[in-house]
Parts: sequence; C-alpha cells; structure tokens
Amino acid sequence: MNGVPMEHGLVLAAVLFALGLGGLMFRRNMIFVLMSLEVMLNAAGLAFIVAGTGWQQPEGQAMFLLVITLAAAEASVGLALLIQLYHRFRTLNLDVASRMRG
Amino acid sequence: MMEHATTLSIAQPTTLLPLTFLLPLVGTLILAFSRGQLSYRASATVGTASIGLAALTTAALALGFAAAGPQQLTLWTWIAVGDFTPGISLALDGLSLTMLGVITGVGFFIHLFAAWYMRGEDGITRFYTYMNLFVFSMVLLVLGDNLLLLFLGWEGVGLCSYLLIGYYYTHSANGWAGFKAFVITRIGDVFLALGMFLLFTRLGTLNIAEILELAPQAWQAGDTTVELAAFLLLGGAMGKSAQLPLHTWLADAMAGPTPVSALIHAATMVTAGVYLIARMHGIFELAPTALYVTGVIGALTLLMAGFAALAQTDIKRVLAYSTMSQIGYMFLALGVGAYDTAIFHLMTHAFFKALLFLSAGAVIISCHHEQDMRRLGGLWRKLPLPYAGFMVGGAALAALPLISAGFYSKDEILWQALAADQQGLLIAGLVGALLTSLYTLRLIIGTFHGTAKSDNARHAETGRGLAHGLPLVVLAGLSTFVGAWITPPLAEVLPAGPGDATHVGHSSLELLAAATALGGMALGVWLFGLRRGWLRLANRGPGAGLWHLWHHAWGFDLVFDWTLVRPYRLTVWLLKSDLFDGLFRLLARLVRLLHLGLSRTQSGRVRGYAITMVAGVALILLSLALVIQGT
Repeated sequence: MNGVPMEHGLVLAAVLFALGLGGLMFRRNMIFVLMSLEVMLNAAGLAFIVAGTGWQQPEGQAMFLLVITLAAAEASVGLALLIQLYHRFRTLNLDVASRMRG
Repeated sequence: MMEHATTLSIAQPTTLLPLTFLLPLVGTLILAFSRGQLSYRASATVGTASIGLAALTTAALALGFAAAGPQQLTLWTWIAVGDFTPGISLALDGLSLTMLGVITGVGFFIHLFAAWYMRGEDGITRFYTYMNLFVFSMVLLVLGDNLLLLFLGWEGVGLCSYLLIGYYYTHSANGWAGFKAFVITRIGDVFLALGMFLLFTRLGTLNIAEILELAPQAWQAGDTTVELAAFLLLGGAMGKSAQLPLHTWLADAMAGPTPVSALIHAATMVTAGVYLIARMHGIFELAPTALYVTGVIGALTLLMAGFAALAQTDIKRVLAYSTMSQIGYMFLALGVGAYDTAIFHLMTHAFFKALLFLSAGAVIISCHHEQDMRRLGGLWRKLPLPYAGFMVGGAALAALPLISAGFYSKDEILWQALAADQQGLLIAGLVGALLTSLYTLRLIIGTFHGTAKSDNARHAETGRGLAHGLPLVVLAGLSTFVGAWITPPLAEVLPAGPGDATHVGHSSLELLAAATALGGMALGVWLFGLRRGWLRLANRGPGAGLWHLWHHAWGFDLVFDWTLVRPYRLTVWLLKSDLFDGLFRLLARLVRLLHLGLSRTQSGRVRGYAITMVAGVALILLSLALVIQGT
C-alpha cells in the first residue's frame, strides 16, 4: 500500500463521488439513483480509508464501518420507498412522483 | 338674586320641576321598550298623556312662579374635572317658563292632533317615541342652567328632527331630506360648540348666570373676543333657526308628518336659536356688531323667504317659508335689542303656526294626502273647521289689526325697530308684512276657494273626533287677541327694549303697519281672488323667470350644490386613489411577484432539489475558497 501515494487514492475517491453525484442528479430511474448514492457513500468511505492509511491512524477504519452501516440502512429504506413507488405509479421514473410542488 | 331664589325655592315644591322632562322621558322609555307590542290606541295614549301631564306640571309651576319667583335646582353633578363641574341643574325663570309653556302646552295639542292624523300609519309607536324624546330634549334645552346641558338638549332635538323628517323611510327622498337637515344644522352646532369653548377658556365657566355676570367685567363693549363669541353663538342659532344662509334644510324638512312640522319645524325647535340669543343677551349686548348682523340676517331672511313663499305650490312649503320669514322677524327684534319682543313673537308664532300646520294636516288627510294647491280648491264648504283654522291662523300670520295675536307681536317688533332708529330694518319689516299678507291670501284662496281641481279635493272627507277638533279650536283661540293677552314674565330676565320707555310716534307706526297688512290683504284678494287671469303672467316672459327663481327660493340649493357639494365630491373622488395608497399597493405587488417566483422552485421533483442543493453547495464552497484565497 505504501507504493500508492495518498493523492491518487483521494483523486479516485473524488472521481467516484462525482460520478455518483452525476448519477444522482441526472438519472430518472430510482434504482440507478440508489446505486449512485451507494457509489457516493463508498467514495466517502474510500477517502476515509486512504486518509487513515496515509496518516497511520485507526479512525479511518472505524469511520468506514460506520459508513457501511449507514449504507445498509439507507439501502433498506431506499428499497422500501422504491417498492412503494412501483406500487403507486407502476413505474420507477422519479419525475412522476412530483405532486408535492408549490 | 340667585341666593334670593334659592332660599325661596325651599318653600316651593321644587320636586315638580324635574317632572317636566322626566314625564316625556318615561313616555319615551315605555314606548321604546314596548317593542311594537302596544296597540295604536295605547301608543297614542301613552305618548299624549306624558306630554299632557308635563303640561299640567308646567301650569302648576307657573302658578308657583307667580307666587315665589324664579327657582334653581341642582339634581346632580354631571361631570367633575377639577374646577369644571357642570351639573344636571335646572333654572326656572320667566324666559324658560315661557318656553316651557309653549313646548308642553302647544306640544300637547299637537300630540293629541297626531293621534287623529296618524291613524292607519305604520310605526305609530316609533312616531310617539321620537316625539316624546323630542319634548324631553327641548325641555332640557330651555331648563338647563349651563351651556353644556343646553347643548345636550340642542343636539337631542336635532337628532329627533332628523329621525322624524325621515319618518316615512321607504322613500329615499325623505331620508335625504333628513340627512340634509342634519348636516346643515350640524354646521351651526359646530359654531355653537366653538363659542362654548371660547367662553369657557376666557371665563372658566359654562354656567349661564355666571357667564352673564362675568362677561361685562372681562370685556369692554366691542372687544374682539366677545364679538367673536357672539358671532359663534349666532352661527349656532342661524343653523337651528334656518336663517340665511343655513336655511335650505327647512323647506325639505316638510317631508316629515305634518304634526312633526307643526311641533319641531314651526313652534319649538327652530325657535331655539332665538331662545339661545335671548338667553345669552349679556354677550350680545357687549358685541354691537354681532347684534347688528343678527338684525340684518333676520331682515334678509324675512324678505327672501317672503318672496319664496309667494311661488310655492305645496301648502306645507308655503308654511315652511313663512316660518323662516317669521323667525327672521324674531332675529330682527333681537338685532335691535328687543329680546322680550322677540320671545313674545316666538310665543304667538308658536300658537298660530301650529294652528296653520295642523289645519294643513287636516286638509291633507281629508284630501287623501293631497297637498299641492294646484290640485286643491273649493274646500271651504266641506272642511269648515280647517278653513276656520286657516282663517284665524292666516289672520294672525298676516297681522290682521286688533283681533289677531300676530298683530300685537309684529307691531311691537316694528315699533322697536323704529325706536332703535334702524330705518332699514323697519322698511324690510314693512315690506315683509306686505309679502306675508300676499302669500297668506294666496294660500287660503288657493286651498279653499275656487273650484276643486282634482278628485282627491272633490271627495274630501270631513275630519271628526275630539283629537281632530280640540287642538284646532284651542289653538285658534290662542291665535286671536286672547293669545296676545298672555304676557311672558320677562322683565326680570331680559333687558328692556329700546321702545319700552317712550311711545312717541307709536300710534302712527301702528296705523302704518295696520294699513300695510290690510293693503296687502286687499291686494291679495284682488290678485288671487278676483283677477285670476293676471296670474298667467307667471307663465311667460320675465314673470316666468321670477316665478322660477322664487319657486326655487332664489336658487340657494343650486349655488350650494355647485360651490360646496360638487367640489367636495370631486375631492373625495380624487382622494379615493391617492399617491400613498399606490406606493403601498406597489409593495404588495412586489411581494406577490417574489412569492410567485419562489413557489416555482418547489417543483416537487427530487432531481431538481438535488441539482439545486449541489449548485448551492458548489456556490458556498466556491465563495469560501475565494475568501480563503483572499486572506
């Protein structure tokens, strides 16, 4: 691991985060949106790991455990919402569920 | 003087004095709280009996007065603010006793007559409630020993006048007539209130006796302040008494029932201005200019109204203008300093004008609510009692020598004007006497002689019953020389007029006045009775112009409409959309616009929110980066 400089790992994390964010913003299908969220969470986790390893600190590992837990919870809630969306609208297109407009 | 009266009043049954206004008040309350449950007969009985009992009380007071003189009675303190403690306190002297006699005495007969007149009308309880409330207010007005209590009565009678003019409220014109009367008299009332304020700030009291005592010590005769105070009081009197230029409401006030016109707009309320000036004579004595102007206004009004009365076709409007004209005579008398003569004429005028109005009311009801002279005529055989009433009342109005009450009072006014060396006022009075004879003859001949000009007049029904006959007979008796025998006990209250000391030339003036009245009557008979063709002059050429001018009472209504009412309404219309309102309306519109824009962002789309959030975060980070780089 020492061979890889910290900057590379962080750049990879940033690229992953940006990809996830892009998917979140521009995908209509809810499954892809949830997957984008997972990608973003994992990008953040990667950044913790890289930083923890680079600075020889254990907190990075601990934070990643937290992120995994969070991601699991997020996925369960998100999938429940997805099922409800499909029940109501017979589609996974998020733009259809826009009745709460001002 | 006052202390003398107080000590004597202990022996007197002073408890009687409050009854004069409590009885009408009780009548008002009974009628007002009956909520329309009383029958016609019960309403009329309550309304009339309360005034009748008040009249009996007044008679008892008059007997006591003859034995014991003036009395004063403080019921309670109305307001107490420091030194300012006006009370509900009554003062009975010769002047207020005279007024009280006219109000309750004539008032009782008018209430009685109204029981006949108002048969079959809706809302009789309402009618008698207002009438009793009027008598209550009027009694307070004349009995109050301070200007504040006088003002309370003054406003109370104004209110009742308004309510009763608009009595037949289903026609909007009647409502507007009441509105007009209320607004115009309110202008006068503002002047009166200002006069009261001025007197209070300068003399520190509103008690009338104290004001009359303090005024000569505070001011020289002709002082600007006292002149101003007198002019303000005169303004109040002009509004209430329908004198130029605040007179236009009285002719329209005839929209009310005829007994109302008799009581309020002829006998009592409109003469309150005369009472006010006589009561405050001490102020006017110190203000010669205001006193002179009072006389001039009276003279102008009596001439203006005399001409206007010549060209009316509605019998009630003829009587309304003649009322203005007769009050003009009273103002003329006040103007030459003959206060007692003015009050004497007030009294006789109350008798004969009430008689004329009640007779007119009898004609109107008998002829099925027809009151236009052009559709009446030939009634004298069918309506002998109203005809006799018109003859006696008309004789008193035109001052028929020796046998009528009006002759004695009007002759006295002319004599006082001569004795005061006011030739202009005297000539105006004589011309007015000629006009009075003319329009009186025109009224009587047009209503009772000739041929009946409509079915209503042809099928006139003779009035019957005590309520119809008794008031006419009694008032007719009082309108003859019998009424002139009543000498108001005014010598103690009011200063002597200029013509009381000497009598040089009195008899020649009496002859002149008698000749004027008789000449006017002869001319009237010739013009309106014998040479009816001559009257066609009024239909064309300059005659028609004069007729038009006089029929509209010299066009005062038109002038006021164009100079006051229309500019006022224009101003209101302009101010309706004013600049500052526009500013605030702009602000409101801006807020609405912002609201509309912001509510657009709530699209309901999750992706949109995500994009907005990312953009916001990016913006914050970017600006933070810039700030950090800057430092």
